[in-house]
Amino acid sequence: MTRDIALVAFAQTDHRRTSEELSEVEMLMPVLHDVLGQTGLRTADIGFTCSGSSDYLAGRAFSFTLALDGVGAWPPISESHVEMDGAWALYEAWTKLLTGDADTALVYSYGKSSPGSVRDVLTRQLDPYYVAPLWPDSVALAALQAQALVDAGETDEPALAAVGARSRADAAAANPHAQLRGPVPQGDYLVRPLRTGDCPPIGDGAAAVILAAGERARELCERPAWIRGIDHRIEAHGLGVRDLTDSPSARLAAERAGAFERPVDTAELHAPFSSQEVVLRKALRLGDDVRVNPSGGALAANPIMAAGLIRIGEAAARIHRGESDRALAHATSGPCLQQNLVAVLEGDPR
Amino acid sequence: MPEVLKAPLVVEFPFTRSLGPVQSAFLTGLRERVVLGVKTGDGRTLVPPVEYDPVTAEEIRDLVEVAPTGTVTTWAWNHEPRRGQPLGTPFAWVLVRLDGADTALLHALDAPGPEAVHTGMRVRIRWAGERVGAITDIACFEPYDGESAEPGGHDGTFEDAVHGIVAHARLDYTYSPGRAQTAYINALSSQRTFGERCPSCRKVYVPPRGACPTCGVATSEQVEVGPGGTVTTFCIVNIKAKNLDIEVPYVYAHIALDGAGLALHGRIGGIPYDQVRMGLRVEPVWSEGARYPDHYRPTGEPDADYDTYKELL
Repeated sequence: MTRDIALVAFAQTDHRRTSEELSEVEMLMPVLHDVLGQTGLRTADIGFTCSGSSDYLAGRAFSFTLALDGVGAWPPISESHVEMDGAWALYEAWTKLLTGDADTALVYSYGKSSPGSVRDVLTRQLDPYYVAPLWPDSVALAALQAQALVDAGETDEPALAAVGARSRADAAAANPHAQLRGPVPQGDYLVRPLRTGDCPPIGDGAAAVILAAGERARELCERPAWIRGIDHRIEAHGLGVRDLTDSPSARLAAERAGAFERPVDTAELHAPFSSQEVVLRKALRLGDDVRVNPSGGALAANPIMAAGLIRIGEAAARIHRGESDRALAHATSGPCLQQNLVAVLEGDPR
Repeated sequence: MPEVLKAPLVVEFPFTRSLGPVQSAFLTGLRERVVLGVKTGDGRTLVPPVEYDPVTAEEIRDLVEVAPTGTVTTWAWNHEPRRGQPLGTPFAWVLVRLDGADTALLHALDAPGPEAVHTGMRVRIRWAGERVGAITDIACFEPYDGESAEPGGHDGTFEDAVHGIVAHARLDYTYSPGRAQTAYINALSSQRTFGERCPSCRKVYVPPRGACPTCGVATSEQVEVGPGGTVTTFCIVNIKAKNLDIEVPYVYAHIALDGAGLALHGRIGGIPYDQVRMGLRVEPVWSEGARYPDHYRPTGEPDADYDTYKELL
């Protein structure tokens, strides 16, 4: 690796159950302007722009091209899009900066789950031959994973409830953007053993970050969050082939990102279901001394396609503020933590 | 702010998918009430079978029959079945490792309640009455306390194998167009056209989408444009579109409404198609109760000078 690359700015919307009064670009623009404002950059100064979103969420074909209106893409800019969480857009931007083709990158992602039924929409990402025709919704698949954890003695319902309660208490204390802040009833079973309190809120939101390389990062940010390593790995798509109580892909990504070389003080985990935090803590070898999801995590706000990027942004923001020196950020995609991305961020010594 | 416009939007599509040889054998087998697995390089039997080894990515083709009975490896009680799911009554989602298989298959288990389900319980396939060569040929699983069924020795060769599936998908949405487009559509229904001006470059966007794509800033200043406009460029349509009750040939044009910073599209009527020209001055024609102009017709004014619209082609 020849260049040091850092997150120098992060912004997110307030995450809400619906943003029906706004189009995607109307929802997105404030966060774009926010990160540009933090760095003093204009859109014309950005070397590379990359976004993550999915048209299936809101049912709008090519919504990402309309969202580009918010960037100021004329005269033509160097731009790319992934039909994935923005964390993977950040990965693409990181590689672009590594090549030296650009010194700065704008990465954004957004999701509007409110127009559709997200539990059903997410079935369309599954194996179309053997699985999608059965329409197993996202909560059902997470519940199969949760039951496997209970059977294996890795957790139980009170422990899962505690994960949700802690997440929303943290959001109440520290995250004004979160959708669920403070106590939320654990509620009835949605799909047993998962109760409503074990599941993420459904909502709309957007996020943006700016990456910069080398000295440029120091010019733009007092304490850049340097990306020391970043990697993503995927497991077999067949649920019955995997050990659902473990996440070898998350562990391998963490290893390749250098997460195990030195302890981290903070971890932002993209665990939309309480049971998935149990899996990730184990796979990522996070001890009790690591501050997990001080933002409240995805159980407090889960704008799909942005929630992973937000984990990286939240970890970086803690480094910017001097609240962390070395943080792990994680993003996931697919059912039951199928694909995982891990980034290790560090601040300069104080 | 006026109330947000909303409309139902249904996205529905039948995907016709071709099958690889292993998938073809597996799904044809289900039609014939035979469950096939595939052997991997390390000697495991995968059910459902895949075309490539999940560990080595080698092509795998060695099919073996497994039993229609098996063991639940995990489960989740679904008390509110959703559209498209295997059963309409409360059921358990299950991963089932069939006897003879090393991996588990996802399906539904028909059971009276969650207290009747546990990991490790024995189940068997309940076949669908009508089978076509699809995963839904397994209607569901049902509790089973008998002996393990003995698999036959089927090698996966069938007469009349299925080579494809048609996968229906339907997603229901409530579409809302956002602030800028809502204002535009509301104004159109009173036969007025409003664009929005960019605060930075001053361009007026019609229809407005809420942002200036050149400057990347929000537009908000409402500007009434038209009703007259200029044909900036056009084409002659010679092929009749499905469900469209317009005689061909007709002209479809870019029309720059007076005051607008870019052209919108519309059909030109009230003039023979071969007399439409760049610079032609037009105005909208509204049909009774319509929320948007039916077409545009000549105003009779002199043609606009090219220099007045050359940036709006």
